[in-house]
Amino acid sequence: MTPHSTLFRRELSLAWARGGGPLLTVGFFASVCLMVPLSIGAAPGRLSAVAGGITWVGLALASLLSLDRLFERDFESGALDLVNLGPLPLETICAVKCAAQWLASCAPLALAAPVAAIGLGAKVETAGLIALTAAIGGVAFAFVGGAGAALALVSRRGGVLIALIVLPLLTPPVIFGGAAIANFAAGLPWTTGLILLTAYALAAVALTPFAMAGACRNALS
Amino acid sequence: MIATLANPLKFMAFSRWAAPALGVVAAILIGWGLALGLAAPPDYQQGETVRIMFVHVPAAWVSMLAYACLGAASFVSLVFRHALADAAARAVAPLGAMFTAMALITGSLWGRPMWGAWWVWGDARLVSVLVLFLLFVGYIALRASIEDEVKAARAAEILALIGLINLPVIKFSVNWWNTLHQGESIMRAGGSTLAPVYLLPLLLVGAGYSAAFGALWLARTRGEVWRRRGASLTLQAALS
Amino acid sequence: MTALERLEVAAVTLQRGARALLGGLSFDAVAGEAVAITGANGAGKTSLLRAIAGFTRPVSGQIRFLGADGELDADATRREECHLVGHADGLAVGRTVREELVFAVRWTGGDATAAIDGARRLGLERLLDLPVRHLSAGQRRRVVLVRLIAAPRRLWLLDEPLTPLDADSRAHFGEIMSAHLAGGGVIVAAVHDPLPISARTVAISG
Repeated sequence: MTPHSTLFRRELSLAWARGGGPLLTVGFFASVCLMVPLSIGAAPGRLSAVAGGITWVGLALASLLSLDRLFERDFESGALDLVNLGPLPLETICAVKCAAQWLASCAPLALAAPVAAIGLGAKVETAGLIALTAAIGGVAFAFVGGAGAALALVSRRGGVLIALIVLPLLTPPVIFGGAAIANFAAGLPWTTGLILLTAYALAAVALTPFAMAGACRNALS
Repeated sequence: MIATLANPLKFMAFSRWAAPALGVVAAILIGWGLALGLAAPPDYQQGETVRIMFVHVPAAWVSMLAYACLGAASFVSLVFRHALADAAARAVAPLGAMFTAMALITGSLWGRPMWGAWWVWGDARLVSVLVLFLLFVGYIALRASIEDEVKAARAAEILALIGLINLPVIKFSVNWWNTLHQGESIMRAGGSTLAPVYLLPLLLVGAGYSAAFGALWLARTRGEVWRRRGASLTLQAALS
Repeated sequence: MTALERLEVAAVTLQRGARALLGGLSFDAVAGEAVAITGANGAGKTSLLRAIAGFTRPVSGQIRFLGADGELDADATRREECHLVGHADGLAVGRTVREELVFAVRWTGGDATAAIDGARRLGLERLLDLPVRHLSAGQRRRVVLVRLIAAPRRLWLLDEPLTPLDADSRAHFGEIMSAHLAGGGVIVAAVHDPLPISARTVAISG
């Protein structure tokens, strides 16, 4: 068994239990999607026009939900010290943590997203693309969000601060993914949005581990 | 010059006169630019409201400049562990927030008579500035919530660099988003199509704002250096 | 990589906030030797251990790891030869004792079955499949000891290892440390009370 898979299994079991796990994340997402028709009215035309967008905003918010525990528990319990004295560099450790966070939180959301979107009036044909963009966008949410979580380690307040520093950074993936869904639904060219979203997610995977490791070293010192 | 200013004593000696001098330059440039702007003829489309451009557009420029300065100071502080660079980064963030807020407010005031709405999402520049404002707020909030100053500095530097890398992508994404919704978008006087009678006052006010930004930045950095000296004196007194 | 033979702390000064700690502390520890770091609270004992583990960089001075053929790569040595027992035990409360031990031992390059055997020897057998949150403070400390023994690491950094232990456990822990030293290990421990084994004392002042 490689150290990567050893660590990934630990992180996944922690992520699965963290703050209620996928059930809580998906439940929160469903609640956000429920609030929108209740607040803007049930006129079918109005709802179906914004269904993709609402779903996408709900995803961004829900994926931030359990981030405050991503590093905090391990930092406070001293586990981050021990993991840091192991075979993998801290950058890789952070990336593995985010990958587990993605699997436990963003992947279930990607499955729930088409259901919510169709419930709000999106066309059934968009389901596949919504799930795909949610899965790819989730990578960006998990990694950029992980950087926010690592930065908030040394601060006195976790959750709200993470949302405040992470959400503006998530403007591009929200735009790219939302545009892909909206254009697909309108019968316009949609691949550009998907490509840009994928590029953003890949860049996040490549770059944020350095930021996370730097932030963790800062917290551990 | 930068190597000289990196020395805190020389920086203090330099900024002591440079800050007020830049302030005077700023007052002259802004006064001149605004006078020309007020004297310019009303725009054939926008009428008198075109004059709001002279206070709005330069504010948006300087808010971008402020984030670039924040990123540069953070980079120097992170790589060279230079205390003065960190003081400069800490000092520039509220200034940047102030200029972005000014750009947002004047942009909104401009939007009202022109399009009948206080906020127009079709204006990509305004939306970018809003995101920039949130980036500054996030930076300030992160710093404010960390008690240990050394750790606060490191964390803030990392965040500023993430923001710096993200900023062009955000700009691009917002512009791209804007072209997608072409039907709702609003073309605005700006760029190369601007008549010289408007361009000169705009550039003068832009230079004036930049000078004002420089003066305030120097002054705030001085204040930050004084605050740190005070804090370290208090600590020494407590420990001795 | 050759095995760690000697730890060298040369003129190290650390910083906490705006304060300087240790003031150029120097000592070394060779294979088979235990060093007890003593000093008042806040003198920097924990900071010193964390600096040796590589979490904090000294503002001046050097921390070197030496093998038979000269200086070793510090990062690699820390990743492969260091084990830190700090104030916090690093156990995830939602996971079972077995999961935590198996992970820790695999992560530190050891053998999972050895960890389970060690747990049996320390009377943790019945607790293996219990989530950590149900354990008492003393039981958690024993899990930490099992983790320490089962990790094949030569340099032990122990922060107040005796504090939570009763007299019997202290004697037992003494045997564990002696066995580690006999096998060529190095121990650096921050202590208030004397260690139950012979150790060189390095006093630091605040």
